[in-house]
Amino acid sequence: MAFSDLFSRRRKDDSDGADPGSGGDPVHPTKALARFLTGLSARPQPLLLDLGPVVGSNVTFFGEEVGCKIHVEDIYKDIDRHVKEEKLDALPEFFARRFQQESNTADGILCWDVFDYLDKAAAEPLARGLVRVLAPDGMLLAFFSTADPRSAVPPTYTRHVIVDKNSLQHRPYSAARGKRKPLLNRDIQRMFEPLRISDQFLLKTNMREVLFRKPADAPPG
Amino acid sequence: MWKRDEAVKPTTGSQPTPSAPAAQGSHQQPASPPTAAPQAETRRQQQQIERDMVNIGKSVVIKGELMGSEDLTIEGHVEGKIELKDHVLTLGPNGKIKAAVFAKSVIVLGEVNGNVTASEKVDIRDGGSVDGDIVSPRVAIAEGARFRGSVDMQRRAPQGTQGAQPRPAGGPQQQPAAQIAQGAR
Repeated sequence: MAFSDLFSRRRKDDSDGADPGSGGDPVHPTKALARFLTGLSARPQPLLLDLGPVVGSNVTFFGEEVGCKIHVEDIYKDIDRHVKEEKLDALPEFFARRFQQESNTADGILCWDVFDYLDKAAAEPLARGLVRVLAPDGMLLAFFSTADPRSAVPPTYTRHVIVDKNSLQHRPYSAARGKRKPLLNRDIQRMFEPLRISDQFLLKTNMREVLFRKPADAPPG
Repeated sequence: MWKRDEAVKPTTGSQPTPSAPAAQGSHQQPASPPTAAPQAETRRQQQQIERDMVNIGKSVVIKGELMGSEDLTIEGHVEGKIELKDHVLTLGPNGKIKAAVFAKSVIVLGEVNGNVTASEKVDIRDGGSVDGDIVSPRVAIAEGARFRGSVDMQRRAPQGTQGAQPRPAGGPQQQPAAQIAQGAR
């Protein structure tokens, strides 16, 4: 085997199954999204809470394919604003009052990787707010990085664009703050109590996809 | 002769100009009848289009209820309520709306603060912004557009019984529709 062959194979392995999308951004496989969608579409006129930046094609996908009512609450923008105003200390209190929705009303919540950008102090009240809003038997999907963030890289957030139920295109855009130290598995579990983890997948991209479900008999929020 | 040729040219052009009829009348009276009818028709159509497209200019501020039965373009400010039942509302890049909007289609290039209901489509273009809830069977949000609120696309054709049952107002959803239908309660 020639040296160049070895190199090309290594490069291929490093790509972790990511294909460059039509816009040049990589497309990554997702395992949990399909299950999230299955659960969501089983509910009548589901209400979806999307914590990411607004992505037009995702709105169309959820509206037309799943028949959801979508509520967009861009938490990344909230983080950016607090960083720029140098009010990061106020973030936990802000998240504690962030969601005005009634308790137990959202059938599904898409957190994407927002928790990667939060310290534990801010992540906990955000998780509590989401648990309160999630309806019994509702599902919450979140991605957690398992690798330490590289500080040399300029900070970016990721727009997760749904290509289909098994793949997501990752479109980076500039962020005011980089990813924090990865949360431990037990911290994640505790943070979202009383939600139960129904599925979790560790991807080659060092991303853990976790699908939570709120027990039907969960105490009222 | 050269002068006459120059005078004839505009009458054969596809773009009618306001000055053309006068020039035609004074110099080319005998030659004009074959082209006069289509030209008049074109002019009439253009006037009709202008009549059907109403434009609220940059400096105009309207407070109250705006209702109409023709397409409308807003470049100014409107506060209150806009109702264009079967027509298209276009909010230009300079336009600002602080109102509830009801229309067939809504195209947003400016700023909307309020709920938007469209029977066909809501299209938020690059640079456009909506802060409010959208109800429409089709919604397009361009990259670079800003949106804050909820989108309800009213599922068109329900597949089986799932998704067809209206959700009880405000109450928590405990069971899927099929189970509720079979439920003992």
